Amino acid sequence: MKRRPARPRKMRLLALAHARSGDKGNTANIGLIARRAKDYPLLVRRVTAARVARHFRGMIAGPVERFELPNLHALNFLLHGALDGGGTISLKTDAQGKVLSTALLRMEIEVSR
Amino acid sequence: MSGSRAAVRIAAGQGFWGDWLEAPYRQVTGGPVDFLMMDYLAEVTMSIMQKQKARDPSLGYATDFVPLMKRLLPVLVERKVRVIANAGGVNPHACAAAVVETARGLGLAGKLRIAVVTGDDLLGRLNGLLARGHALKNLDTNRPLSDVRDQVLAANAYLGAAPLVEGLARNADVVITGRVTDTGLTLAPIMHHFGWADDDWDRLAAGTVAGHIIECGAQASGGNSLVDWERIADLADVGYPIVEARPDGTFDVIKHPGTGGRISVAGVTEQLVYEMGDPAAYITPDCIADFTSIRLAQAGKDKVRVSGIRGKPRTDKLKVSVAYFYGYKAVGTLVYAWPDALKKAKLADRVLRQRLDDLGLKFEAIHTEFVGADATHGPLADLGPLAAELPEVQLRVAVRARAQAPVDRFTREIAPLILNGPPSVTGFAGGRPKPEEIVAFWPALIDRSEVRPVVELVDA
Repeated sequence: MKRRPARPRKMRLLALAHARSGDKGNTANIGLIARRAKDYPLLVRRVTAARVARHFRGMIAGPVERFELPNLHALNFLLHGALDGGGTISLKTDAQGKVLSTALLRMEIEVSR
Repeated sequence: MSGSRAAVRIAAGQGFWGDWLEAPYRQVTGGPVDFLMMDYLAEVTMSIMQKQKARDPSLGYATDFVPLMKRLLPVLVERKVRVIANAGGVNPHACAAAVVETARGLGLAGKLRIAVVTGDDLLGRLNGLLARGHALKNLDTNRPLSDVRDQVLAANAYLGAAPLVEGLARNADVVITGRVTDTGLTLAPIMHHFGWADDDWDRLAAGTVAGHIIECGAQASGGNSLVDWERIADLADVGYPIVEARPDGTFDVIKHPGTGGRISVAGVTEQLVYEMGDPAAYITPDCIADFTSIRLAQAGKDKVRVSGIRGKPRTDKLKVSVAYFYGYKAVGTLVYAWPDALKKAKLADRVLRQRLDDLGLKFEAIHTEFVGADATHGPLADLGPLAAELPEVQLRVAVRARAQAPVDRFTREIAPLILNGPPSVTGFAGGRPKPEEIVAFWPALIDRSEVRPVVELVDA
């Protein structure tokens, strides 16, 4: 059988990772955790701060920062200006960004097969 | 080190004021534990408590703590389980007095010693601090606190573990505090038990990480856990997490046998990343913990071993949280049904906004959500053809203003839409929305030397 050359395929982050999010004032944080350790490098390559900023375009007012936790196979994102003033000021249902984690898991990234 | 070599167990009993009332009792009766740790203070809680104390000087603490202690005290005394709780709010002495009275009523006079930790409350000292050049600049906006001084409702520094350790060293059975960091409530009993030095940075960081893992209660033992959530067994009987710490700074996260929930590496990882900033510098009043040094391993069923934690010296500042009056908000909701539920809700929103505009009402913000379609994921929730088939959509409109009048008027504009707006509308059983006062928060730093924790003992 002839081997096909690897071609890019798209996968939802939900299939590769789980996540939890919370707030610090008007900044939301999302911790993105690889379901399998071997997928962590793929997350590091594909889920960049710039990519996450594009994903949430129109939903957050400030920049996105990313921190790496290779020991936990996790990335931590800070989404500044994500919460309409945050905490008690915010008018959003999700004033504390508790489920922004799930919005990140909608992102599709390219994986090779 | 002068302390014990035997492992010590710290059980989480409350992750916030309003958490499951059954959890603390189950934690002290479900198996051996040495300390019960309970976290009561969200930011907004302190300003509510200052208002209560202003009306009645015997209030201003987490009142639920007292009936809870009535139920727990006989078991605590019998099993020699000691309690650490920040239930004291802005009036720890009044909280302690109520617990003492409860203990005496239970016949425990002479059998209970309470340590009261204060010194965090800066409200009465604000003018002096500002006059002496402490600007208490907002960490986010860099504005000086003088901008909102007249609206300030509460101001508290976050204390660390040290005064709690002192209370335990002086043989307190119950430590009641005001504003103390969540993590300090767990670190303190571990430091006390092992006699850790207050500059043993790696171990202090380990106790801090232990505190971070259990400070939100069941969120570390299967509650609100996304990973594999459908297979997490028996949440109805969820076991709250327990830290079993060893003198070398390693610890296990466990729960009582036979309880529901799950303790796994994936679940503990979710809790570790919760509310995280820079993971290499998790700053507390006690130390700076490096979360990139944490090692996790599944050491058995419902047992995660945590090791490798590194720490750095504490800073010379403490965080201060100032609560101040900001303005008013209100939220109005209506439910629209199929067919075209979302279209109807969108038309109702346009009608409502035009009426608010025609009335000349000025708001700082008007925020619309279509619950069931876009409330949590915004434009990322792309419904496609499903949009027309949604069985129902809740229109949720919220407004915010510095003045009360426009918010009050807004609350009268929701009900009319039932008869004079788009069709197939219901769900107004709750009545007219209530305007709500907004208390906002002002995060700042203060020199550590300005804050002097005080530890006092009260015997029942």
